[in-house]
Amino acid sequence: MAFKLTEEFKARAAQVCARYPVKGAALIPLLLELQEKEGFVAEEAMDAMAQLLELPYSRVKAVVTFYTMFNREPVGKYHLQVCRNISCHMAGAPGLLERLKERLGIAEGETTKDGLFTISSVECLGACGAAPVMQVNEEYFESLTPEKLDLVLEDLRHGRLARR
Amino acid sequence: MTENILLKDNVAGIEGYFAGGGYKPLKKALGLKPADIIEEVKKSNLRGRGGAGFPAGLKWSFIPKDAQGERYLVCNADEGEPGTFKDRELMRRNPHAVIEGMAIAAYAIGSSHGYIYIRGEFAAEAEVLEAAIAAARSKGFIGKNILGSGFNFELFVHRGAGAYICGEETALLESLEGFKGQPRLKPPFPAIKGLFGRPTVMNNVETLAAVPAIIEKGGDWYAAIGSGKSAGTKLFCVSGAVKKPGVYELPLGVTFRDLLEKSCGGMKEGKILKAVIPGGSSTPVLTAEEAWGVKLDYESLAAAGSMLGSGGVIVIPEGECMVKLLQVLARFYHHESCGQCTPCREGCGWIEKLLNRLEEGRGSSADIDNIYAAGEAMMGRTICPLADAMAMPVMSFIKKFRPEFEAHARGETCAGRAAGK
Repeated sequence: MAFKLTEEFKARAAQVCARYPVKGAALIPLLLELQEKEGFVAEEAMDAMAQLLELPYSRVKAVVTFYTMFNREPVGKYHLQVCRNISCHMAGAPGLLERLKERLGIAEGETTKDGLFTISSVECLGACGAAPVMQVNEEYFESLTPEKLDLVLEDLRHGRLARR
Repeated sequence: MTENILLKDNVAGIEGYFAGGGYKPLKKALGLKPADIIEEVKKSNLRGRGGAGFPAGLKWSFIPKDAQGERYLVCNADEGEPGTFKDRELMRRNPHAVIEGMAIAAYAIGSSHGYIYIRGEFAAEAEVLEAAIAAARSKGFIGKNILGSGFNFELFVHRGAGAYICGEETALLESLEGFKGQPRLKPPFPAIKGLFGRPTVMNNVETLAAVPAIIEKGGDWYAAIGSGKSAGTKLFCVSGAVKKPGVYELPLGVTFRDLLEKSCGGMKEGKILKAVIPGGSSTPVLTAEEAWGVKLDYESLAAAGSMLGSGGVIVIPEGECMVKLLQVLARFYHHESCGQCTPCREGCGWIEKLLNRLEEGRGSSADIDNIYAAGEAMMGRTICPLADAMAMPVMSFIKKFRPEFEAHARGETCAGRAAGK
């Protein structure tokens, strides 16, 4: 099925493009907005974006594959991203990651069968004073403990994406 | 006690910011000649707070005076150096200081367009900035003919999408133009040929946020804060085994001991200080003895063999395995290398592999020498400093904690010890 950008998205794209002297500069912000709607950036979406911004497809693909926030495949409704860098590591991040895998019965990079959760480990999220930190979609969950992590999971199962 | 210049309470909203005298410095600046503003900032000795420590006023003065056409101002809010979380706090608590600092800087360098490049993960902070810019615009501080001066300045928030390398100035420019974040060769320097090929100044969030106070109270006032050539206050972000981790604004030159004991409440219960990474993960590690009395400023930390960097102070307690921690850092740099320069791309990968081997108890003493040699071979041989950022922790960890690496080479791994072997 051919992927088509909505008229609404195109109108929004025109606004974003107007911030820059060249359209191509809007590529990354627009890809983020597209991903927010679609959940991931499919090959067809890259193609549509290339046409919209009059860029070679290779340029769009290069960008999508370079930056870690772009998902090239669907992820769960809640993307659990556990920081694995030094301060979080010392504060117990490896244990949290293990606990998540055990609780959800999936490995890193996998999505639960019900489509609710995907687990990833990520590099420094820039919140080291509140280590260990996990980002769920765009929300930060800070100073996590195993107990707190369980409560967050429980909340998410009930559709509540809010900081604790 | 020096009063806080950056981290203040109740100034997040524009009304609170006004109540604290906000946007008066911009009004004052618009009545001055741009060259006089640059002189004032030079006099203040304000240096870049992102890690490199380059004098801000000097950077501004590099914009060619006769350059025709657009010039750009970019705020680097791509905070990603492990151990660093000050800009996030600053943008949340005092976004208008960043915006006002940018408006003043733009006027000084003759720019009418600015961008705040913020890391993509900071979605909440991007929203805070968007709202603050809208509020500033509604009051006439951003946009056309600011405060009737005839000066125009448009300011936009631009989100990144996850890449540590984009914190490097020229990689950020590439990214802002919509490309992969691969650093550019210098020269040409951004002041001559930067964003969209135009003269560009880029400063860190914390650097720009200090500008309004400097214009208000004068360069001499700012230069008198701190210690010697390290002027002003600095945001220190402390993570690791301390009672109260967080961001603390203190005059440069505060001792590590005072930061730890007075600000952070000391080490966490039952923890003993083993090592300190003083300026973000890229800066050479200090042993507890080296760190204890050291003054946290540009010159003192350089004399101690490390760097002030971003002010990300990572406190490592006894019991942490230095091989494991270096493995964590090596994985990070390998993951973040943009792949452009061979020494970095290959060096980061090989160092990570050798560290994995050591950590798993399959390594040898020769591996330790090879890791060190690879670090040495990377230093200064690449387009940007990411290779150095990997090499500095690698070389300093091995130099200062070699017995731990040797124990791993003998098969005495942490996992093995934990299992009672």
